[in-house]
Amino acid sequence: MPAATLPPANAVSRETSSPAAVPRDNRHGWRKGKSTLASGVSLACALIVITPLGFVLGYLILKGASSLNLAFFFNLPAPVGETGGGVANANVGTFVVIAIASVIGVPVGIFGAIYLTEYGGRRFNSVVRLGADILNGVPSIVWGIVAYALLVNHDVVLFGHTIWHKGFSTLAGGVALAFILIPMVLRTTEEVLLLVPNGYREAATALGINRWRICVQIVAKTALKGIVTGVMLAVARIAGETAPLLFTALGNRFWSFQFHGPITALPGEFAQGFAQPIAALPLQIFSYAISPYDDWHRQAWAAALVLILLVLSLNVGLRYLTRDRVVRVMTKP
Amino acid sequence: MEPSPATTAPVSTVTATSAIPAPVQDTRPAFDAQNVSIFYTQKPAVDGVTLQVPSRSVTAIIGPSGCGKSTFLRCLNRMHELVPGARMTGTIRLYGDDLYAPEIDPTVVRRRVGMVFQKSNPFPTMSIAENVTVGLRLNGVRDRAFLRERMEQALRMSALWDEVKNDLNRPGISLSGGQQQRLCIARAVAVQPEVLLMDEPASALDPIATSKVEELINDLKKNYTIVIVTHNMQQATRVADQTAFFYLGKLIEFAPTRELFNNPRQPQTEAYITGRFG
Repeated sequence: MPAATLPPANAVSRETSSPAAVPRDNRHGWRKGKSTLASGVSLACALIVITPLGFVLGYLILKGASSLNLAFFFNLPAPVGETGGGVANANVGTFVVIAIASVIGVPVGIFGAIYLTEYGGRRFNSVVRLGADILNGVPSIVWGIVAYALLVNHDVVLFGHTIWHKGFSTLAGGVALAFILIPMVLRTTEEVLLLVPNGYREAATALGINRWRICVQIVAKTALKGIVTGVMLAVARIAGETAPLLFTALGNRFWSFQFHGPITALPGEFAQGFAQPIAALPLQIFSYAISPYDDWHRQAWAAALVLILLVLSLNVGLRYLTRDRVVRVMTKP
Repeated sequence: MEPSPATTAPVSTVTATSAIPAPVQDTRPAFDAQNVSIFYTQKPAVDGVTLQVPSRSVTAIIGPSGCGKSTFLRCLNRMHELVPGARMTGTIRLYGDDLYAPEIDPTVVRRRVGMVFQKSNPFPTMSIAENVTVGLRLNGVRDRAFLRERMEQALRMSALWDEVKNDLNRPGISLSGGQQQRLCIARAVAVQPEVLLMDEPASALDPIATSKVEELINDLKKNYTIVIVTHNMQQATRVADQTAFFYLGKLIEFAPTRELFNNPRQPQTEAYITGRFG
């Protein structure tokens, strides 16, 4: 519209435009008051959301930062009774267990979600969706029991060959966490894939691109940021899980990559490490926190700080890496 | 995925010197639709349509909303199959090839029959250049020089090259609405289809952008057969050589555009073009 037809901007004010529609009586004050109240309440709620993070971080820094030093990161736990020592093995163990869970869980979750949004029928989808929602609500210790039953409590036999010898192990820990990861990744990925407008699928289909490539290179790529966010939230959640690891990974005060340890039937020497109990930060925190030693309590605080910093930096780092791969205009076709 | 013969053939024949694709020399009708009916539910959305679309010309399909014109357009490149439960009966031949023969892969049909949609939909994760070449790249073309050449050629054909040649790496969705629509046309012609289907390509554009798209359609018909669905009867008279009028799923009248608008044979056609319903 040409600017000339518009009244000057300063003419459109409450005083001159339509005094009848907005009477300047005391109701105006009440309306303004309600508006202020509403924005105040929502601001307060927003602050309540981030306050626990501030408190937790602040308290952990207060209690844990003094025990943090390089040696804490790079040393093994000291023998019981001696002070000092670190959580190097637990740092590594946390990464290994998360990596195993992610390698199993992330592809299953993402490709499962792609199936649901791009291929699946309505009835099948609603069954899977309901199932995933129920699984999301299962207490994490139950997944520990499941992994315990599958991999810790008995051998895995396939075609008469024992491919897995029972026992507490890294793999069992990773599998327990993968059980938690899969439904979370599935549901969040599905939600963001559904947000990708159908116009993109149609446009790609009309170019004669085959369906699988459309799913991966057009749809999933368009939703990449949302998928990464969902995966990161899920990984952050499992990074702090203690209960499923208690009777799967068990915990270990030493390095657990014993390349020449007991022979397992898994291929490769590297894999043999997975058949050993492994340390993980949550387990270390748990066992130190319930111990009677002051030094271990201090270390538990420090380890908790390390864990939360790790989760934070994982989140911030991946967000930074994916910052440009954004769907800029989600509402357009 | 291995590129199918349909895509490899033009790839091997186009040389660096050819500015525009060789026109389809075939004088047969581009599309020969016989007794086509399409069902989404029990009731047919398109009912027994028989229509021959002449090669290298613009054919418009007009009719009121819900008359099945878009549905018919979509079955010309099997896009209606994306709707679960859609069924089609009858036959459609593209230069003699049955598009619905059991051994025909729908993706091959869609490479021969390109499509432009009502809303421009450049891929948001891709630059202008990537948007144009996506149909080739995701069909397995790797040769960068070839992609670059095809990209420039498609943008020139879409009358967009001069406007974007310095911004090829900017996101496709940074363009204006009219430019985005021409980018989508460039994306469709880059795979060198034999036919272009357009589903109300200008209905979301302002008059200036619309006239650019219409000019473009006039240019493109030298090399392509174009079938365009439009709500805008003036647009049909401006761009189309022949026009088909659909009503309630049936083809009421199909005639040279001038004849259909000046001398409609069917009373329903006359009622529609004089604005008595629709």
